[in-house]
Amino acid sequence: MSGLDSIPVRVEGGPSQDFRTDNLQPVLVQLQQAVEHLLAAGEETTIDLGAMPFSERDEADLRERLGVGEVAATLDAFGPTRIEETRFAGVWLIEHQDAEQRRLTLHLHVARVPEILCAPIDDIADGLAVLRAMNLNLPDS
Amino acid sequence: MSDEKTLAERLRERGISRRGFMKFCAATASMMALPPMMIPKIAAALEQAKRPSVIWLSFQECTGCTESLTRSHAPTIEGLIFDHISLDYHHTLQAAAGDAAEHAREAAMKDNWGKYLLVVDGSIPLKDDGVYSTIAGITNLAMLREVAEGAAAIVSVGTCAAFGGLPKADPNPTGAAAVSEIISGKPIVNVPGCPPIPTVITGVLAHFLTFGKLPELDNLNRPKVFYGESIHDRCYRRAFYERGQFAESFDDEGAREGWCLFKLGCKGPVTYNACATTRWNEGTSFPIASGHGCIGCSEPGFWDKGGFYDALSKGTHDSAEGIALAAGVGAAIGVAAAMGARVRQARADNKEDA
Repeated sequence: MSGLDSIPVRVEGGPSQDFRTDNLQPVLVQLQQAVEHLLAAGEETTIDLGAMPFSERDEADLRERLGVGEVAATLDAFGPTRIEETRFAGVWLIEHQDAEQRRLTLHLHVARVPEILCAPIDDIADGLAVLRAMNLNLPDS
Repeated sequence: MSDEKTLAERLRERGISRRGFMKFCAATASMMALPPMMIPKIAAALEQAKRPSVIWLSFQECTGCTESLTRSHAPTIEGLIFDHISLDYHHTLQAAAGDAAEHAREAAMKDNWGKYLLVVDGSIPLKDDGVYSTIAGITNLAMLREVAEGAAAIVSVGTCAAFGGLPKADPNPTGAAAVSEIISGKPIVNVPGCPPIPTVITGVLAHFLTFGKLPELDNLNRPKVFYGESIHDRCYRRAFYERGQFAESFDDEGAREGWCLFKLGCKGPVTYNACATTRWNEGTSFPIASGHGCIGCSEPGFWDKGGFYDALSKGTHDSAEGIALAAGVGAAIGVAAAMGARVRQARADNKEDA
C-alpha cells in the first residue's frame, strides 16, 4: 500500500458539470444569421464559443444538433487542429489545440472553406524555392 | 536586449508555419477577448511587432505573480509571447546577481529610454522612508521613481502593485501603496489578481505588441477586455442563480449538483475578472468550477472586506452593491448577459478598429 492509499479519504467526484447554461439557443440564432450573411454578402463569420459560459452539456447539444458533414481535416501546426464540417454546408467546427493537446479555442466558423486550410502564399513560395533547388541538383540522366 | 526581429520571424525560426502563426493569432484574439474577426488584423500587426525591452521590478510581493506567468507548460501562447519580449531585468528570473544585475537594469534603461515597458509586482512601502523593502540598498520607492521616469508605460501586475494587496491590509504596518498612488504622468494599467491569470498578463503584453498601446481601461485602470464583466455575469452557474438554486453548505446536494455558491460567500457578483471564461491551468478550471466561491482577489482591499465565507447579503465594509444583489436573488435578470457582453466587446473592437 502506498502512502497515499493509506490516507482515509473517499473521493466522491467534483461538482457536476452536467447542466445547461441557456446560451445554446442564442448561439444557434447567431449561427443562422451568419449563414444568411454568407449567402447574401459572401462574408465569413466566426463565433468564439470560449467567449461565453458554455458547458460541456451545451457543447454536446450543439454537436448533436449540427451533426456531422462530409468534410473533416486535421491540421498539425503548433499542435493539432480539428476542422469538421457539420451537416449544414458551410458551417464548420474548428478546435485548435496546443502541442500537449489542450484546447486553445473552439470556433464555429461559417465559410465556404476555412481560410486556415488554404495553402499560404508564403509557404507556396518557400516550397517552390526548394523544388527549384531539388531540380537543379537532379543527376543527369 | 531588444533586437529588430519581428514576432512572426521568431515564430518561423522556431519552425512554426504560417498556418501555425494564424492559429497563434486565433488563440491570441481569444486570449485578449477580442472578436474572432480581429484575427487578420492581429496577424498583420504581430507580423511587424518588434521585440520590446521589459524591466520587471518585484517589491513587497510573494512571487506568486511571476510563478503564475512562468509555471505554464510550454509551448503555450503565454510562453511564446513571454519569450518574445526582451526581459532585461527580473531579479527572480535573471542569472545575474548583485552589481551585475543592477548594471543590466541601468543599461536597459539607457538603451531604451522612453520606450521600455515597466512591469511591477508587489506594493511599495512608504512608511519610514520606505526602509521596509530594498533591493541592492535602494528602496523600492526610489527604484520605482527612477525606472518609471524612462518607461513608455507601466503594467502593475497583481493586486499588490495595482491596489496595495495583502501588504496594505489593515493595519498596513509598512505603509504599503500601489504604483498608481506614487507615479503620475505615465500610462499605468492595472492587472490585478492574487495572482492574475497568466493569460491576462500576457494578453496585456500581446495587446501592447499588437496595437502599440495599452488596452482600453475601466475606472480602476484595468483592461476592459478582461475586467469588463463580473465573474457572476460570465459564470456558468449563473443559470442556477436565476432559478434560485443555491448550495447551502459545501457538502449538500446543491454543492454536488453545481448550484450557485452565492450563499457560501461567493464574491463573483462584485468581482471583475476573466476567471469564468479564460480559466486557469490552460483553461482547465477556476475556483467556482472547483466548488469554491470567488474571493474577489482582483478588487481593491479584498483582504479587509469581511469573511471569504460570508454571503454578500451579510454586508461588507463597503458593499452596497452586494446588498442590492441580495435583494434581487432569484429575480429574472436574464441570462442573455453573455450575449450582451459580446456586443460590448464588438463595440470595443470597433474602437480598436477606428
